[in-house]
Amino acid sequence: MPALCGGPRSQTTPRLPWTCSPRPISGRGACWVPVPTAPVPPAPGNLSGVRHILLVLSGKGGVGKSTLCAQLALALRHEGKKVGVLDVDLCGPSVPRMLGAQGSAVHQCDSGWVPVYMDQEQSVALMSVGFLLEKPDEALVWRGPKKNALIQQFVSDVAWGELDFLVVDTPPGTSDEHLSVVEALRSHQPLGALLVTTPQAVAVGDVRRELTFCRKTGLRVVGVVENMSGFACPHCSECTNVFSTGGGEELARHAGVPFLGSVPLDPQLARSLEEGGDFMRDFPGSPAYPALAAIARKILDAAQAPGPG
Amino acid sequence: MKTVKHKILVLSGKGGVGKSTLSAHLAHGLAEDENTQVALLDIDICGPSVPKIMGLEGEQVHQSGSGWSPVYVEDNLGVMSVGFLLSSPDDAVIWRGPRKNGMIKQFLRDVDWGEVDYLIVDTPPGTSDEHLSVVQYLSAANIDGVVIVTTPQEVSLQDVRKEINFCHKVKLPLIGVVENMSSFVCPRCKKESQIFPPTTGGAEAMCQDLQIPLLGRVPLDPQIGKSCDKGQSFLTDAPDSPATLAYRSIIQRVRAFCHRHPSHEEEQRSTS
Repeated sequence: MPALCGGPRSQTTPRLPWTCSPRPISGRGACWVPVPTAPVPPAPGNLSGVRHILLVLSGKGGVGKSTLCAQLALALRHEGKKVGVLDVDLCGPSVPRMLGAQGSAVHQCDSGWVPVYMDQEQSVALMSVGFLLEKPDEALVWRGPKKNALIQQFVSDVAWGELDFLVVDTPPGTSDEHLSVVEALRSHQPLGALLVTTPQAVAVGDVRRELTFCRKTGLRVVGVVENMSGFACPHCSECTNVFSTGGGEELARHAGVPFLGSVPLDPQLARSLEEGGDFMRDFPGSPAYPALAAIARKILDAAQAPGPG
Repeated sequence: MKTVKHKILVLSGKGGVGKSTLSAHLAHGLAEDENTQVALLDIDICGPSVPKIMGLEGEQVHQSGSGWSPVYVEDNLGVMSVGFLLSSPDDAVIWRGPRKNGMIKQFLRDVDWGEVDYLIVDTPPGTSDEHLSVVQYLSAANIDGVVIVTTPQEVSLQDVRKEINFCHKVKLPLIGVVENMSSFVCPRCKKESQIFPPTTGGAEAMCQDLQIPLLGRVPLDPQIGKSCDKGQSFLTDAPDSPATLAYRSIIQRVRAFCHRHPSHEEEQRSTS
């Protein structure tokens, strides 16, 4: 097995106290997987204080999964909820920057890893591989097994405490990260999955596959959100369908799942994400705000409704 | 791979920046010369967009004695994607890394591309199994270079810098960076807006910082999405669009790069 997948001296090994050791994978020789150097006794259910778990998925990249996770966390916080965001996009962790937590460090406690808190009140807790990298530009060049091991640790070893919602941000696709996080969360009965798409057929085509993934893994679909739905010119207010139109609603109808709303393109939202600001608090008059607030309310309703998960 | 002269990878740390769109239009642009043989390989196993963008949805792959036949858009433009192996648009490829790697190996080894001037490889976002595998499997055959795609905002650039680091780590030559969705011109009032603000200077600042060529900046044109959805070449649908002009300039620079750097096979042929 070439050294490409990393090893004990790899720069990409997270800086927490663990090392890499070879574990034979049948038929393929050794693969380096991370193991904690000091054995940590398994905490009695670090997710036991979490009331609702919501996964944000899309078959397609760049549709706004991380954006939606961040805005949902902020919106739910403003509704008085305690929220956690778990970012399992190991190659492209966007959540730290979007919530203004870039550069924060992760500490350990008796129950495991302490999440990074956005504020003194500890109303929004975050965990991301972004907090574990020595340098922000360093690429995490890991194959599946190593990613799976970290995701399992993220699920079982983060001391979330009492949370109303844990929102899980995922990378695009239907592969290692998705299988691992669904398997690791299965016993905790997630509320379900929120699927994000943009309007055009190329995106919807991938999200249809994600719906199949949800069906095959028994993950309930809470609803579909269509992002980047049109752009209102700030100069003349003409609305242009930059990325086509209608795909999200049609997808929800085809799949028989709720359509939770369309979020328009909003440069102010994009700027807030860049700066790690609180868009939901600071820009209630901005084009994307009403749709995002409505989606958050629908998630709250879904969480209160009796039913599976 | 011995019959393939130039191999170009299209990468981005970030999803949704337009890798597949660029790959497809790079292929269309290069194939406009009937004497140039072009191949487009889509190794995005979970999210294969290329069949739709190339108007080849529903096509199937055929096997012959010499291997798998690519699906041809034109006589000189062949395409391969896992999308052609799925029987329904709802079929999901829910595979872990090792199985994806196996498929990529088959694509590179078992597809009968024939004599090809340019092989363009479209990739999924990230720096994981697919990327390691394609670099590993093509290492003997020498990749000419990589085109990196980004959008202007820092949220994209932070992932793209990781991809550039990956390229340095695995010693892939960089052809340059394309900044997509650079700006938007309102069709009614013609005023420009930046939907994805370049809060840290966009690709231009990153390229200056990292000493990498900026191949071009492509504005947002709603026609691009429409053409891709219909499976048509945007270059022919909207020949006068500023986005088309930007694409054509990028295609020209990629072609020039390949000709300035003769392929491994060409060097071997010239010395034998």
